[in-house]
Amino acid sequence: MKKILECNRLTVSYDGSDVLSGLSFAINEGDYLCILGENGSGKSTLVKCLLGIKAPDSGKIILGAGLKTSDIGYLPQHTNLAAGFPATVGEVVISGCLGRRGLRPFYSSKEKETARNAMKRLGVAELADRSCRELSGGQQQRMFLARAMCAAKKLLLLDEPVTGLDPTATSEMYQLIGDLNKNDGMTIIMVSHDVVRSLECANRILCLCSRDHSFFGTPEEYANSHISSRFLGD
Amino acid sequence: MTENIRLMFTPEFFRAILLPALIGGLAVTICSSLLGVTLVLKRYSMIGDGLSHIGYGALSVAAVMNLAPLKVALPVVIIAAFILLRLSESSKISGDSAIALFSTTALSIGILVSSKAGITNDVSHYMFGSILAMNKSDVILSVILSAIVITAFIFLYNRIFSVTFDESFARATGVNAGIYNMIFAVLTAVTVVLGMMMMGALLISSLIVIPTLTAMRICRSFRGVVLTAGTVSVASFLIGMFMSLLLNTAPGASIVIVNVLFFLFFSLLGTVCRKRS
Repeated sequence: MKKILECNRLTVSYDGSDVLSGLSFAINEGDYLCILGENGSGKSTLVKCLLGIKAPDSGKIILGAGLKTSDIGYLPQHTNLAAGFPATVGEVVISGCLGRRGLRPFYSSKEKETARNAMKRLGVAELADRSCRELSGGQQQRMFLARAMCAAKKLLLLDEPVTGLDPTATSEMYQLIGDLNKNDGMTIIMVSHDVVRSLECANRILCLCSRDHSFFGTPEEYANSHISSRFLGD
Repeated sequence: MTENIRLMFTPEFFRAILLPALIGGLAVTICSSLLGVTLVLKRYSMIGDGLSHIGYGALSVAAVMNLAPLKVALPVVIIAAFILLRLSESSKISGDSAIALFSTTALSIGILVSSKAGITNDVSHYMFGSILAMNKSDVILSVILSAIVITAFIFLYNRIFSVTFDESFARATGVNAGIYNMIFAVLTAVTVVLGMMMMGALLISSLIVIPTLTAMRICRSFRGVVLTAGTVSVASFLIGMFMSLLLNTAPGASIVIVNVLFFLFFSLLGTVCRKRS
């Protein structure tokens, strides 16, 4: 297995105080990593660093397997974006191709094909001409996942993908993500609050417990460690 | 009324007054409706309004100090646009209160300075606009501006969509959202200053906001909203302009009223369509 992403002694601070300090971990192609941690533990900051939006103060993020930052498919944290916005599902999904286009102004037929395939894969193809205002929460998340798929070559970075979804839609979403990991060979990095679900589906766990303390290992190791007892309640 | 119509078609009036008004007005109308789509959807609608008040303050100061109005107002408004966008992005002070703070301050300074100096005539032009008094350099500037805005919308269309729809995703895909916000700030500032001279500080924000709102009543897609907003604003401008000449009403206010009528009509149309489907 090839290393696809490695964080090496990553330190990031906001307004002078460290949010992450000396964080190290590495994942391979095909891994399914869940990032756990309480609010304010630095999960969002880590996501920003991985996406190259924020530069770390020290340490390095090394991408392997020919991956570039713009090849990471990103699903942002749930927002009310689509609520009042006039855009069709097709328009939203194809905007995922933007990163790989460089300075060319228009989408090529190959990129349109990519978007069509992503919509088919996530079961939103028949919604392509619908306005995203009319979608249910679950459909919206699948639309955003399709957009992320357009950008993703090998790696999907999902920031709390099930927030705000009802139980059925949540299960569907987990099913879909697991499927993309197993059948499509996508490496998954998912920020999550759902510890139990994360332990079930992931093969790597990163827990940002406090500023200078973090855990990285397999779900079994995590379940046996003393850190997990705080989240799992023994 | 027949008198007015006859006057409208004398070649002198047409060439000297109506033609520059039409060209300049159309150019500014197109710019404000296109930029308006992004501003409204990013919830920056009030920026246009705030900038026009800041522009009013700058123009008053320029008039009192006997400086060329555009040379003072343009840089001031561009700088103000940067600051307002920055403030809207950071969470320390909320965007709309920042705009209120800036615009009332600038407006007060403008009125204070001009009332003290006893100049109210020129300055009231900027409050209510005077489209029939556009001079050649205003028209040239408007046309250049609209050429830039239209070109930007064609060639950067997909990026503009992405930055407008979801800035954090756009940044993640490697689009430099900061630069686009800056370009928007500058273009909006120039549009507002030019639009102010034609529509007046009080009405320019309506040119930015209403066409987009109108288009959003019936359009599902972003592309549809952009095209409809442009078309509706041009139609409103032409209808409002000729209405004002025929009925001898204030041009700026007439154009805004036609815009509002379009909005009401499209709202009705949207409700009917939704009921049917």
